[in-house]
Amino acid sequence: MVPRKRYRQPSSERDGESRMSILLDSNSRVVTQGLGATGRFHLNGCREYGTSMVAGVRPGKGGQTAEDTPVFDTVAEAVDKEGANVSVIYVPPPGAADAIMEAADAGIPLVVCITEGIPVTDMIRVQRFLEGRDTRLIGPNCPGIITPGQAKVGIMPGYIHEPGRVGVISRSGTLTYEAVHQLTQLGVGQSTCIGIGGDPIIGTGFIDALDLFNRDPDTDAVMMIGEIGGNAEELAAAWVQENMTKPVAAFIAGKTAPPGKRMGHAGAIISGGQGTAADKEAALKAAGMPVAPSPAELGVTLVAAMQRAA
Amino acid sequence: MNVHEYQGKELLARYGVAVPTGKVAGSVQEAREVAAALGSEVLVVKAQIHAGGRGAGAVVDTVEEAGRLFADHLEKEGLPAHDLSGGVLLVRSADEAADAAEGMLGKLLVTRQTGAAGRRVSRVLVEEGCDIARELYMSLLLDRATGRPVMMASTEGGMEIEKVAEETPERILRQEIDPAVGLLDGQARKVAFWLGIPAEGIAEAVVFMKSLYAAWLEMDATMVEINPLVQTGAGTLLALDAKMSFDDNALFRQPDIAGLRDDAEEDPKEIWAGKYDLSYIALDGNIGCMVNGAGLAMATMDIIQAAGGRPANFCDVGGGATAERVAEAFKIILSDENVEAVFINIFGGIMKCDVLAQGVVDAARDVEITVPLVVRLEGTNVDQGKAIIAESGLNIIGAEDMADGAAKAVQAAQQRA
Repeated sequence: MVPRKRYRQPSSERDGESRMSILLDSNSRVVTQGLGATGRFHLNGCREYGTSMVAGVRPGKGGQTAEDTPVFDTVAEAVDKEGANVSVIYVPPPGAADAIMEAADAGIPLVVCITEGIPVTDMIRVQRFLEGRDTRLIGPNCPGIITPGQAKVGIMPGYIHEPGRVGVISRSGTLTYEAVHQLTQLGVGQSTCIGIGGDPIIGTGFIDALDLFNRDPDTDAVMMIGEIGGNAEELAAAWVQENMTKPVAAFIAGKTAPPGKRMGHAGAIISGGQGTAADKEAALKAAGMPVAPSPAELGVTLVAAMQRAA
Repeated sequence: MNVHEYQGKELLARYGVAVPTGKVAGSVQEAREVAAALGSEVLVVKAQIHAGGRGAGAVVDTVEEAGRLFADHLEKEGLPAHDLSGGVLLVRSADEAADAAEGMLGKLLVTRQTGAAGRRVSRVLVEEGCDIARELYMSLLLDRATGRPVMMASTEGGMEIEKVAEETPERILRQEIDPAVGLLDGQARKVAFWLGIPAEGIAEAVVFMKSLYAAWLEMDATMVEINPLVQTGAGTLLALDAKMSFDDNALFRQPDIAGLRDDAEEDPKEIWAGKYDLSYIALDGNIGCMVNGAGLAMATMDIIQAAGGRPANFCDVGGGATAERVAEAFKIILSDENVEAVFINIFGGIMKCDVLAQGVVDAARDVEITVPLVVRLEGTNVDQGKAIIAESGLNIIGAEDMADGAAKAVQAAQQRA
């Protein structure tokens, strides 16, 4: 029996150094919220990758099993009975915000929300609810997080990744796969890859993730993939200039995107002249970060940045 | 999703936000009747399109004329002196209101924000004129950095707020709202006093602002902009204009608002794509593209431009697309007559390359493909996908990676031209 709310700040984090594999590693025990076709498909996918997929939650179906996994009525039970310490959420948009808050309420330290299409006002409530709690949210509207060779929580194709020492942070899904693929082709492995999500309100932003990589002894450099909309990249550029001790290469998608149109992601919109790719690239370059001129040059830009820093 | 001014005002009025008395009219006769019923000495007739700058725009008969005015003047500066009607007219009788409506209905209104094609005017809003003492500004929107709503107020009504922010930022007051408690009375009072509302008007101004916040929150709006917000001679606030946008992700629980969508304001191809849950946005280039994932789709557009072409569209078929949806996306892309080549760029994750390939092959049987097709497949089941395409007998140009695919698509379009 594992006690509830076991999460403590890891001692290394208290000392200012924190392993990214603390977010996710071979000790992670994952509960899946949302056991529809998508949730079940990826439960198997993550398990095949080697992740401990210990429980599922489906209210009213407690006591059953799904994909050879025990199903509980509540997240709290999954924590109590199976020691779940990571939750991955596939619950459809109307119930997804509540699912995030249920996981946080159950004391889950890492919640990864894959769901796309959560209303903004729901996420405003979630963000407020998470203030002051020991829960880190990744997403929503993201592919998840993977520590290659150890564990994957999410929908990314595991086989394109290689264990290594480069961190990847991205607002996109498939564009992240593109970046990872290019790195792997160049023989550059990854420490951890985080899809932070394409929505206007997300739990873990660029700065949070950069800070983790900066303090991670297993990461030497970071690839950061942004896109139009909002000013998260500009804020991250300023933060990197002030704080980052490792090279960071960047890319911004959406140079050709017209203003006022939502480019697929809810957060990818240029409004009132704000959030353009040109502004973001200028801010990144001003902070001394190399910016890949084309999405075909993500890997080589990162490698060049590492060579310069060496 | 955006709505028209008259719809926005109706919605806001339900929440107790003060708006001028008026009604929408779809014909000259209706406009005359509305004006007569209002019986006001001064009336305003406003063209209803989803774009701002209407007062400073011009009503024209043809797309060519709209394009000329846009390219020569509106895109850069304002229009020089002209005798064309604008999109907002002040009138003094029902007859004049009818004349104004006749001048707008069925015509094109071109403004700074419509683009070169202008927008067709199908309705006008006929309203009572009001006694304007001062023009102010107020809006509610989301601060993405904090994940909280923000109220913005400005003493510079009638101007674009971005311009005010750039030139005279001290004339904007920003109030972050704690979603746990909503807009506080004290915050609303602070805004009202800062705006210079006289003491006797403060209580009413607080009600106005709290109503505005309730409307924003409960209707799942992403933005409410009142510009200008009018302080009347009597010292009360009135929403003279109202621009509202709603969260597409919340429309499932806002059926009334979803019903306000005006398909005439949107590209028919985008409406078609919406029916199949595809994310498609029409652009004006020559290279069509189909991609899985929004970020990769944007990056694909960018690399097409870098290769010397221009993207004809944004198209994200999504992670879990079926062969049927892929086929539909393909048809939508090909229905754009500016398309001279198509670049399909797929990184299979959840979406398997063989499913994509099957969708393309199926679509190719339904639609006659008259333009070169470049396909780049990578990721899950890539070999099966490539085999399906090879066995189909279709004339498809294979690409090694994104850069190669974009270059080949641009080259193929040039050879065709």
